[in-house]
Formats: sequence, C-alpha cells, structure tokens
Amino acid sequence: MTELEAGRAGTLAPVRGGAALGRYRDVLIALIAFAVLASLPLFTGSKALLDFVIRCSAYGLFATSLNLLVGYTGLTSFGHGMFFGLGAYSFGLIMQKLGVPIPVAFVATLAITALIAAVIGAICVRLKEIYFAFVTLAFQMLIHSTILSWASFTGGDQGLRGGIPRPAFLGINLANHVHLYIASCALLILGLLAMRQIAQSPFGYTLRMIRDNAARASFLGIDVWRAKLTVFVLAALFAAMGGMVMALFVSGAYPEFAYWTISGEAIFINMLGGVSTFLGPMVGTVLLLLLNDTVTRFTEYHGIVLGIVILFFALGLRKGLLDFVAEWFSQRRDAGERR
Amino acid sequence: MDLDALAGCLSSSACLVTQTTSGLIIGMLLFLVAVGLTLIFGVLKVVNFSHGAFYMFGAYFAMTAYQFTGSFALAMLAGAAGTAVLGLIFERVFMSRVYGADVLMQLLVCYAFVLIFDDVVRLIWGPEFKSMGMPSAFQVMPLFIAGGVVPPYYLLLIGVALSAAIVLGIGLSRSRIGKVIRAAAQNPGMVSALGINTGLIYGGVFALGGMLAGLAGALAAPVRSLTPGMGFSVLIESFIVTVIGGMGSILGALIGALLLGLIRSYGSLGFPLFTEGLMYLFMVIVLVSKPTGLFGKEAA
Repeated sequence: MTELEAGRAGTLAPVRGGAALGRYRDVLIALIAFAVLASLPLFTGSKALLDFVIRCSAYGLFATSLNLLVGYTGLTSFGHGMFFGLGAYSFGLIMQKLGVPIPVAFVATLAITALIAAVIGAICVRLKEIYFAFVTLAFQMLIHSTILSWASFTGGDQGLRGGIPRPAFLGINLANHVHLYIASCALLILGLLAMRQIAQSPFGYTLRMIRDNAARASFLGIDVWRAKLTVFVLAALFAAMGGMVMALFVSGAYPEFAYWTISGEAIFINMLGGVSTFLGPMVGTVLLLLLNDTVTRFTEYHGIVLGIVILFFALGLRKGLLDFVAEWFSQRRDAGERR
Repeated sequence: MDLDALAGCLSSSACLVTQTTSGLIIGMLLFLVAVGLTLIFGVLKVVNFSHGAFYMFGAYFAMTAYQFTGSFALAMLAGAAGTAVLGLIFERVFMSRVYGADVLMQLLVCYAFVLIFDDVVRLIWGPEFKSMGMPSAFQVMPLFIAGGVVPPYYLLLIGVALSAAIVLGIGLSRSRIGKVIRAAAQNPGMVSALGINTGLIYGGVFALGGMLAGLAGALAAPVRSLTPGMGFSVLIESFIVTVIGGMGSILGALIGALLLGLIRSYGSLGFPLFTEGLMYLFMVIVLVSKPTGLFGKEAA
C-alpha cells in the first residue's frame, strides 16, 4: 500500500465525529431533495411527470431495499419482489376489507411483512449464494401461486380490483393526485434516509464485513445468521413500502407484483445504476423507467432495444452507471493528486 | 383442492397409466433442458439464464423444417443442430467475455438475451400461437395399457430422452472427451496447462447444452403450442429440477425432472390451481432439508 492509499483508507474509516457530521449532511440533503420534489407541482401541471415520480418512488424504495441485501450484505435475492407484492396486497386487502384509516393499514402491513419475512428469512439465510437465490425465488413463486389460487380472498389472476378506498386522514387526501404525489415523495425520501442511516450505522458496517468475509465476522463474535436475518427483514419492510406506494398509485394490486420478473427487474435496476454506491439503485430506477417509457413509445420490439442497452452495461461498462462515474472521478482525483 | 379426484385416480389403473405417462413426458422434456443447464453450470460455473431460449428456438426450428421438408426426422435434426450452432456462437461471442466476472453480470448478459431472443422470434415467426401438428407417422391408434391411453408419440419421446440420458451418462464417465470435460470442470487451469484448448471445451459444452434444450423443444413441438415466451416457464422449471437434483449432477437432474413431472401430472388432479405452487413447495422442502440438492456435492 502506498502512502497515498493509506491516507485515503484512513479518512474512509468511520470516525465518531465524522459519522455524526455525515448524518446531519444526509438529513440536509434529504430535506433539500424533498423540498425540490414537493415544489414540482408548483411549476408544472404535467400529470405524466408527477406519475413518473410516483412510480420512481415505488420502484426506488423497492430497488434500494434490495441493494441492502445484494450490495451491502452480498445476499443475492431472486425473490425480493415477494415483499413488494406482499406490501401491495396486504395494504389493499386491509383497506378493502377492514376500512381502517390509511396510517393504521400502513403500520399493519409493515407488521405482517415483518412477520412473514422473519419466517421466510430464517429459512433462507442459512443457505449460501446460488442456493439462497433459488430458495428465495421458490418462496416468491409460492406466494405468487397462493395469490393466484386463493381467488376468493385475493381475486386470483384478476387481482384486487374495485379500487382501494383512500379516505382522508389528518387533512391528507390521497385520492387527490397532488396529495398522493407529495405523500409518495415523502415516503421515498424518508425510506431512503432510513436506509442510508442503516447502511452507515455500525450494523451497516457489520453487513459489509459479512459480505467480504463471513468467517472473520463470525470469529469476531458476530452472530452472522442473526445479522443476515435482521437485514433481510429490514429490506422486506422497505420493499413493502414500495409495494404500498404502488398499490395506492394504481388503486389495486395484481399478481404480477409478486411474480418473479419483478425481482428480476429490481436486480436489473441495481446493476444498471450500480450496487456500490448508495444512490445507484435510485439512478437505475430512473434510467429503467425512462428507458421503458421511451422505448415502448417507438417500437413494439422493446425487448431488443432493452437487451442491447443491458449488454452495453454488462459487457461495456462492466458495472452500474453510478459506480462507473464514481470510479472515474476517484481515478481522476488520484491522477490529480499524483501530479 | 380436489382430493377426491386424486384419490379416485389413484384407485383406477387406467388413470394411473395415463397420469404417469403424462408425468413421464413432462419429466423427460424437463430433463433434457435441465441436464444442459446442469452441465453448463458444472463445467463453466455459469448459471445460464437464457437456456429456455434454446428450448424455444429448438421448437421453432423444428416447426419450420417440418413445414419445408415434411420430414419429422429432419425437423428433429434441425432443432438440435440449429440450437447447437446457436449455443456455440452465443458462448464464444458473449458468454466467454464474462467468465470470472460477478455472477450478477453473467445473469444480466443472459437476461438481455432472453429479451432479445424473445423479440427475435416475434419478429421472424410472429407473436401469435403456432403449432407444428402431429406428424402423420404418429397419427395412429393409441396404445391401451391397463386401460390407460398412451399415444405412440409419447413412447418415442420418452425413448429418445432416455437414450440421450444414457448416452450422456456413459459418454461423460467413460469416453476420453467425457473425462476431459470432467477434468475441465474440476481444474480448468490444469487441463489448459496440459495443452488442451479449454475455450473449445467450454464452447463445446455450451453447444451440447443448447443442443439438448433444442432437442427438447423440437420433441415438444408436436404436442405443445409455440409462443415467443415459451422458454420462460421451462427455464424456471428446469432451474427447479437442477436445484432439487443438485447443481452439476446429471443423475440428480434425471431424478429431479421425473419427480417434478409426476408432481405436475398428479398435482393437476388434486390441486388444479396450486400445481405450480406444489413444485415450489417441493423445492423449498428439499432445499431446507438438504441445501445442496438431493445429489449435489457440498458447496465449496
């Protein structure tokens, strides 16, 4: 290790004072981001743009939560979409059948998701790598099959139709498009901030250690199984939040929300944006949704176009966009320092 | 749930024969796809997510060849040989670039090709359902075994798949090239140091895997309808097979495929809506009790 690199590594180590400073900075960035997003309806009346941001919120929460597993812990889940679907369905069913206020349904959905994620996670996180990936996929498809076959409760392949009631609470009326938009943005920013706090906490660094060397983490007295299970449940909660935003947006829930392709898309989003930067999945979300929207407008063969773009990322950049940019900047800075 | 139907079938020999044969042909087709998958994983250490596309291409190639020549044998040949060439090109041009890269990158390349291949099929053959039709040679009276109806084509299908399994099993364990392949799976560096072109082996194994999937597609073409997305469900099912049997194990793929075929055919009687769910449930149970699959070696 050269002197320079040693110096850089030193500044990277989490220092108590530095961490607190970083935390204030994150909160500040979140506040600014929320202010910018929330003021958007003042400048534009474009419903399509607001819809786009709402969809970005739903998918962004979902994709970023997956990155807690993939990027930070090294757990490649192929079945993370089950929690997106579970969130959408639980929320929709609670609202339709029980008619409780929205915040109550929100909390109840998180509780249900946590419970199910704890059970599924307890089974899954014992397994490694490809086996973990497949057992999560199997659980996802099990939930998907259950949704399809339990038609009397879930509506089967028709999905939860008839709209989700959205009674006003605390002066917020989610049936109003602008209110729904601002609520989605708020959930997105709050969710991202919470995930950022988790990633930067000592627990977050424990996860990175497990990813890099689980045996060493175990020797250092860390209960690897429990740490993995905890992050599995946490990630599920944020994915369910994304699912709830989606259910509110489309006023329903459909079996596709729990189908495995939605997990595939989330993985794709992560790879597109980058997994070693916190905001990578968010960048990937915006990229994919933009790409999907524009490509479908021009050609019915959007699979070919999308495929070629993916190939460009996988074979050309060999990493996600934000990772690529971050690396490029750090290389430039290094070159500058050497000069 | 319809447990009465299941119980009724289990007590009737005619129904037992019919359900078991249909389970066997599902299982045999799955085996042909899954064994390629497991072979590619065993030797190349790549999870080929685009494997279902080869099954799809095999079916479309066979259909086209049958329409032009009217010969069933040529149709099978076109399905198998066409996908073998496709597999070789795909491996040499694209997959070989991501060996040793992040698993997610390999997955992404395959996923890209799933999208591309499906659209290519849609472009060439159109988006609607196609069917090849049963060749006239097999449009004869079905056999009756213990009161159960068994079309002769089913017997051919089971026979071809079983022969492929036996040839593959013996070829890999006895022949020189089989030994080289197994050696390359164990230690590619050593094999390459002995002057054997590992790139050629990798390409060959990928082509062989593609060919088996293509053959499965060609065999399935007379009895299933063809659509651009047909590779997808087969892919997922053959993944379940390889995982249940143990990644990299050919015997495991055979047993896993047969079990899954039987679960499908009997499950469709007892749990018509939850048949797919049964397969996933089975996979979960196997993985939880034996994480490396029934015949898998302990993961490194």
